[in-house]
Amino acid sequence: MHTHASVREKAAASGGEPSGAPVVDLAGVRYSFGSGTGLVDLSLSVPGGSITVLVGPNGAGKTTALRIVTGALTPHEGTARVFGLEPSGAEGEQVRRRCGVVAAKPALYDRLTGRDNLRYAAELFGLGRDAPVEEAAARFGIDRSLDLRVGGYSTGMKTRLALARAVLHDPDLLLLDEPTSGLDPESSHAVLGLVREMAAGGATVVMSTHLLLEAEGLADQVVMMEHGTAVLAGTTEALMRRYWPRPVVRFGAEGTAGLDMLSTMDGVFAYSPNGHSAEVELDDLARVPVLVAALAAAGVRLTFVTPHERSLEELYLRVRLASAEGAR
Amino acid sequence: MNRGRMWAVARNDLRQLRHSPDFWAPMLVLAALFFVIIPTVLLLTITRIGSVGTVKNVSAALEVLPQAAQEAIRGDSPSDRTSYALAVYLFAPMAVIVPMTISTAVGANALVGEKEKGTGEFLAHSPASEREIYLGKLIASLLPGYLTTLVGFGLYSLAVNLIVGPHVGGWFFPTAAWWLLMLWVVPPFLAITLSVVLRLSARVKSAAAAQQASGLVTLPLIMLSYAQSTGGLLGAGAAGFWVGLAAWIAAVFGLMRGAHAVTRPRLLGVDS
Repeated sequence: MHTHASVREKAAASGGEPSGAPVVDLAGVRYSFGSGTGLVDLSLSVPGGSITVLVGPNGAGKTTALRIVTGALTPHEGTARVFGLEPSGAEGEQVRRRCGVVAAKPALYDRLTGRDNLRYAAELFGLGRDAPVEEAAARFGIDRSLDLRVGGYSTGMKTRLALARAVLHDPDLLLLDEPTSGLDPESSHAVLGLVREMAAGGATVVMSTHLLLEAEGLADQVVMMEHGTAVLAGTTEALMRRYWPRPVVRFGAEGTAGLDMLSTMDGVFAYSPNGHSAEVELDDLARVPVLVAALAAAGVRLTFVTPHERSLEELYLRVRLASAEGAR
Repeated sequence: MNRGRMWAVARNDLRQLRHSPDFWAPMLVLAALFFVIIPTVLLLTITRIGSVGTVKNVSAALEVLPQAAQEAIRGDSPSDRTSYALAVYLFAPMAVIVPMTISTAVGANALVGEKEKGTGEFLAHSPASEREIYLGKLIASLLPGYLTTLVGFGLYSLAVNLIVGPHVGGWFFPTAAWWLLMLWVVPPFLAITLSVVLRLSARVKSAAAAQQASGLVTLPLIMLSYAQSTGGLLGAGAAGFWVGLAAWIAAVFGLMRGAHAVTRPRLLGVDS
């Protein structure tokens, strides 16, 4: 199997990116389809060795953005640089040799066997007869099905084969377009495992998804896209801090009326009762013991006190809501 | 240009073709009809029935052939001369029709098929250039038709030599004009047709549309090439040479134009 080091040395020799520069750098990219607009002023910077997750509704431009990165589509305006090279120009081949792509549909040759599909990719990527076909298949648990026709594969097996094909040449940049869509939990787990593994090996990963749970804990950078542009980008923590700068704690009690006293206590910025519990926005988590003691002293029987971690889904919905209100 | 990638594209298409009996079985039947079954039945009939009226009429019609062609016809009896003329001048130009039919069918699906199946996405993101993809598809479309024709004519030669040969003084096929046809005239006509078909295949939305459009566009080309090939066989060697030369020039021009039809957005099925 090719090592990451050997591929990167090879890439550097063929004109790699300057050190410290982002691996993917899109600036003011616009792309229009005959029937509508794909991207509008999209700017995106992906640091080397990171995992960037693109999230957004259907038609937000995630797939188009990935296609711009490999040079499969040429921006109508703006610039795209990948590894410091222009993907849609004469340097496109150098860029694509270093990219591994898993499209939204697996894009496999159904009449051929899994082995034939992998060999074809190996030939196009110039790996020769020593291509690690068996190893790539084994990595995704499809080595036993390698000599069966792909037309007979399940959806999960097809995605696994597409993944094996994408990593066959040990790419420096892995682009995954909704790779877990329609997969069973086991296959999804394999995909996310691959993403982590590739990033740990020094590769850069850009992945689009609808499933925000997947992005959580995986993404170094989250990019929310809407109407062809990035409406928000940053680390999950930074984005959370921006929308919810203060910690939130949930209090549960046998009688909800007692919790209302929280709204007037020091350090409480917001109080939202909700059935038998309440969400309280505080200036500091260190205030929790004081609040608990005060509630207990007032005779409130607490059932739970727990810090509330905002999810990416909540962030996404909040951004979408703000965007919709802005549009009105 | 990377020839390895070009051949990889061609090999992959040929491999898929091999695994598609629903496609190649009818093509084999077509080739068998043109090269073996029809000529064998007709020539056996003519050589067995002797000089009946119909044969005499066909033999008389041979007088409309150019002088050079008439002089080349062997055989003493009307049936022998008719058999020889049919073997050389009627059936041999089929060399043009069969590869064009097969290659058009393969070529029509070559690019739009990638788009329809979604595999165009894989190609669009691969390091292969548009030119490598185009030439790979061209080779994959050209080879099945041309190889079928070569094998078919091997069998055809055997059949006509065994059936007609004993009546005209021994084995006579292939003739010199036929070699010219196969090596000089057929390939450029095939290339012209495929340049048109591949351009169509790159532009249309479905394989069905590609097949229909290809049929319409290539039918006149097939008729033209059949006529030119027949003329080349009937006339002097020089005529075949000039027909071939003109076809080669048109083919080079057509292929150069055709290469621009393959673009990555088209492989993705994207209007841009």
